[in-house]
Amino acid sequence: MEAFDYVAPRTLDEVYGHLNNGKRTLFMAGGTDVIVQLREGRRECDLLIDLKRIEQLTSYAFDSEGTLVIGAAAPLARIYEDVDVRRRLPGLVDAASLIGGIQIQSRASLGGNLCNASPAADSSPALIALGATLVIASVSGRREIPVEEFFLGPGRNALEPGELLVEVRIPAQPPRSGTRYLRFIPRNEMDIAVASAGVRVQLAPDSDTLESVRIALGAVGPTVKVVDVTSLAGRTADSATIEEAGRLAAEVATPIDDMRGSIIQRRKLARVLTIRAMEGAIERAKEIR
Amino acid sequence: MTTIERPAYKVIGSRPVRPDGVEKVTGKAQYAADPRPQGVVFGKILRSPHAHARIVSIDTSEAERHPGVLGIVTAADFPQAEDKVQDLGEGAVNLRELSDNILASEKVLYRGHAIAAVAAASPHEAEAAAQKIRVEYEVLTPVTNVLDAMREDAPLLNETRHTKMMGGQHSERPSNIAAYNQFKAGDADAGLAESDLVVEREFTTSMVHQGYIEPQSSTASWNADGTITIWTSTQGAFVVRAQVAEVLRIPVARIKVIPMEIGGGFGGKIPIYLDPVAALLSKKSGRPVKLSMNRTEVFEGTGPTSGTVISVKAGAKDGKLHAVQATLRYEAGAYPGSPVGAGAMTMLAPYDLEHVEIHTFDVVVNKPKTSAYRAPGSPAAAFAMESVVDELARTLKIDPLQFRLNSASKEGTKQVTGVPFARIGNEEVLNTAMTHPHYTAPIEGPYRGRGVASGYWFNGGMQSSVVVAVNPDGTVNLVEGSTDIGGTRASLAMQLAETLSIPYDAIRPIVADTDSIGHNDVTGGSRTTVASGMAVYQAGQDVIREMSSRAARLWSVTPEDVSYEDGVFHCLKDSTKELTFKELAAQGARTGGPIAGRASLVARGAGGAFGTHIVDVEVDPGTGKTTILRYTAVQDVGTAIHPSYVEGQIQGGVVQGIGWALNEEFVYDENGRMLNSSFLDYRMPTALDVPLIDAVIVEVPNPGHPYGVRGVGEVPIVPPLAAIANAVADATGHRFTQLPLSPRRLIEELDGGD
Ligand SMILES: Cc1cc2nc3c(=O)[nH]c(=O)nc-3n(C[C@H](O)[C@H](O)[C@H](O)COP(=O)(O)OP(=O)(O)OC[C@H]3O[C@@H](n4cnc5c(N)ncnc54)[C@H](O)[C@@H]3O)c2cc1C
Repeated sequence: MEAFDYVAPRTLDEVYGHLNNGKRTLFMAGGTDVIVQLREGRRECDLLIDLKRIEQLTSYAFDSEGTLVIGAAAPLARIYEDVDVRRRLPGLVDAASLIGGIQIQSRASLGGNLCNASPAADSSPALIALGATLVIASVSGRREIPVEEFFLGPGRNALEPGELLVEVRIPAQPPRSGTRYLRFIPRNEMDIAVASAGVRVQLAPDSDTLESVRIALGAVGPTVKVVDVTSLAGRTADSATIEEAGRLAAEVATPIDDMRGSIIQRRKLARVLTIRAMEGAIERAKEIR
Repeated sequence: MTTIERPAYKVIGSRPVRPDGVEKVTGKAQYAADPRPQGVVFGKILRSPHAHARIVSIDTSEAERHPGVLGIVTAADFPQAEDKVQDLGEGAVNLRELSDNILASEKVLYRGHAIAAVAAASPHEAEAAAQKIRVEYEVLTPVTNVLDAMREDAPLLNETRHTKMMGGQHSERPSNIAAYNQFKAGDADAGLAESDLVVEREFTTSMVHQGYIEPQSSTASWNADGTITIWTSTQGAFVVRAQVAEVLRIPVARIKVIPMEIGGGFGGKIPIYLDPVAALLSKKSGRPVKLSMNRTEVFEGTGPTSGTVISVKAGAKDGKLHAVQATLRYEAGAYPGSPVGAGAMTMLAPYDLEHVEIHTFDVVVNKPKTSAYRAPGSPAAAFAMESVVDELARTLKIDPLQFRLNSASKEGTKQVTGVPFARIGNEEVLNTAMTHPHYTAPIEGPYRGRGVASGYWFNGGMQSSVVVAVNPDGTVNLVEGSTDIGGTRASLAMQLAETLSIPYDAIRPIVADTDSIGHNDVTGGSRTTVASGMAVYQAGQDVIREMSSRAARLWSVTPEDVSYEDGVFHCLKDSTKELTFKELAAQGARTGGPIAGRASLVARGAGGAFGTHIVDVEVDPGTGKTTILRYTAVQDVGTAIHPSYVEGQIQGGVVQGIGWALNEEFVYDENGRMLNSSFLDYRMPTALDVPLIDAVIVEVPNPGHPYGVRGVGEVPIVPPLAAIANAVADATGHRFTQLPLSPRRLIEELDGGD
């Protein structure tokens, strides 16, 4: 690891002042990815900008329309410990409370998890299922994109030079909907997802028919895979339909063989996890909240 | 707990707090990376990126000019080590190969093989400078698998190595097979032919690591007077001293090794890696030098245990094990010396059978040189043998524990070496397991299953030396030389307290450096509580003899007229005269000076021990994941000196066995590069992966020990591999013969992913 400069600005304007000057610059939220990468020599920088002192980036709140607005650097533990978040967005809690362990969750952020752009990151399938969007800012303004458009490849995201991620926005969830995120790891903690699935279902007023379904898969392709399940809308929320969703998921998966898992295993997991997550999502949709 | 005619001990069997406990839980204990002698600088090792290559040249000139650099060493700085074998306690080592393993001279034999080292003012400068050492390699084809390495056309790690055959002859052709051996009794072919049922299978296990939490670290100071001081993490300071002396060719008298507290070893901290390098860097730089490994270096550059391929053909007759033919092929790593012999000598220990034929192959491969790991060689062999025994019993519809009991070895049973067993507790362990509530409870539900397996370890004796000094206030200093890994300060202090009939709290155990006590062999082979315990007992007797003569002097009688009982010296000539231990201790100065006792010995009769484990598992057919539902480990420990630490040893062994069975493996690519050299991807079990392990202590006292102690620490890692595989076979109906039983393997073998 080479020596680098470190700054901890208090405002976004101060951040912009450190950008576009030819220096190799990295942002740091919790640092649970970036510090490890710097120490192992996988990344290098001249300047590390710590985002944790910027209030706007470390706070979170529901706005008047029920959208949860999360600062990109807010620690996961604070989000998933919030009673309102637990009640309204259990699908987000599924993912946020899985990442690393308690020590990691006390520092790690959603922004860091997304910007690191690992295909196995736990937050992305859940956020895509929840229909979340991302607010990206630079000295020249803000733009907002759906989470599924943020990933370009392993370790590559849609940020342009001079831009940073400032907010994750999770809209109020539709009525009679439920979201569940599941991942598979060989151990029970401290592991990277071999495969994962985030599923949101919305039931029709009869509680038996599916109005809409969203499915996103992690670790079975270079970026999160969104499964096209428009064919499931209007079908009964029964085991045949759920099996069908699993089949569609396995078809979309384009996994690789690596030391963490094989193609056969990951394709099977895409199916099994989709089925199990969908069952969980239906159960949540039926809960009266 | 089964207690067989156990004397009424006062201290033994109680559960006091360990003497080193407070320092450790408050973070004050000093580990190997902690000492910072005045002027210390930092070293970094340059390691081979290739698994197999000839070193054409090493150019250090650019690195020498890097800011902060104070010295660089390569193998050229080592004196030519002798081509001779030294016994390290758990395994022997050829000193030239040891030297070559510490810094490669002509060839690199595995990725991570150390080549050179730099000392610099800061760790970052050392790291950057090491990258500037230019090494030119002629890259060779690596061979990383035991079966590939045994082929006649395999690339050779050493063109001059020939297979050492039984009786000392060598093979004609050079080979990666470093040694071949066989064990024979009866007529295995005939025995198999007359068996009622024969099962034949081939088993594979992967290379696995001990996974101690503390990476190797060594700080060395080459002093102005030519002496060397070394602070290091080791299982045996004297063995470090001996190895450093041999590698550097300097007398042991000039080397002082200070053993620091140790963050785990499990056999992996017997060989040396850093110590002589740090010493030479210190000589060159004129400063004390600290060398520490990171986790990747530990995985790639230290000794794990062998991957194996084991074939077993076993026959049962009249409901008993009757004949076994087996071939054991163990990876030694880069240099010869796998524990294949121990595998052969332990795998049939639980059985009394007539016909045995075992062939063993010690095979070099382009992976790190293996070192001892908890019961070295035994777990993989037990995995193979106990899986086959399970299959025989189930096919014959005999309860698998009953089948083992029908075939059980006992006192007098001949081992495969021909040596008969002394008193052993195999049958007691099996009986305890059979009647345990875990075994009698039903196991129900889909994809749930139960497995059992037995395991054996010899346990070691070897050399120990202790000094016991009595303080005037009646407390006692116990000076010993064994690294305390599993609570041996406590277990030795307890045995001394028992011998001296004084309270445990009155004893201060001290683990001394190599200048301060006689030679002690490593804390390994489950020997310390046994062998240093014998020494402590004898030293205690020595103290009592000495104090009896002091009392005799005070009372003007002969020492024979003094008796010692329950902490009180009595005058047999005058019943009004008595002195407590404490009172007499205060009389030291008046009766002839300080009171001390000592003992030095080679411990014999260490006492082998057996364990039988019962495990319930549930397999998730959707993900292939195996969950351990319940685990019971029954083990004969001779006498449990401190039952909590005995239970801790048993539980720890089981946890490592669970890791080995379910997820742990060194994963290599085709170029011999390890792909999972981190704790993230080398998947040892976490606290959430194991249930509470019920350790059931059986006590069949070892007749060879004053308190009946048998070694405890190694036996419990032997049965889990097979017990879990047997449980998974019960749960899924499929017999797995390859470890680990990872979710990936289960998915692929069970249903091909459908
Ligand atoms: C022991 C351990 C266990 C882990 N377990 C998991 C796990 O189970 N699941 C999982 O998904 N991950 C896991 N991780 C990875 C990591 O913890 C997560 O990805 C975490 O969410 C990263 O958040 P962070 O705030 O620490 O990111 P940082 O390390 O601070 O940043 C990550 C990357 O994003 C960039 N970045 C951060 N914030 C911004 C921003 N606002 N705008 C632009 N770029 C930004 C940084 O420059 C960096 O490249 C684990 C890591 C460790 C060390």
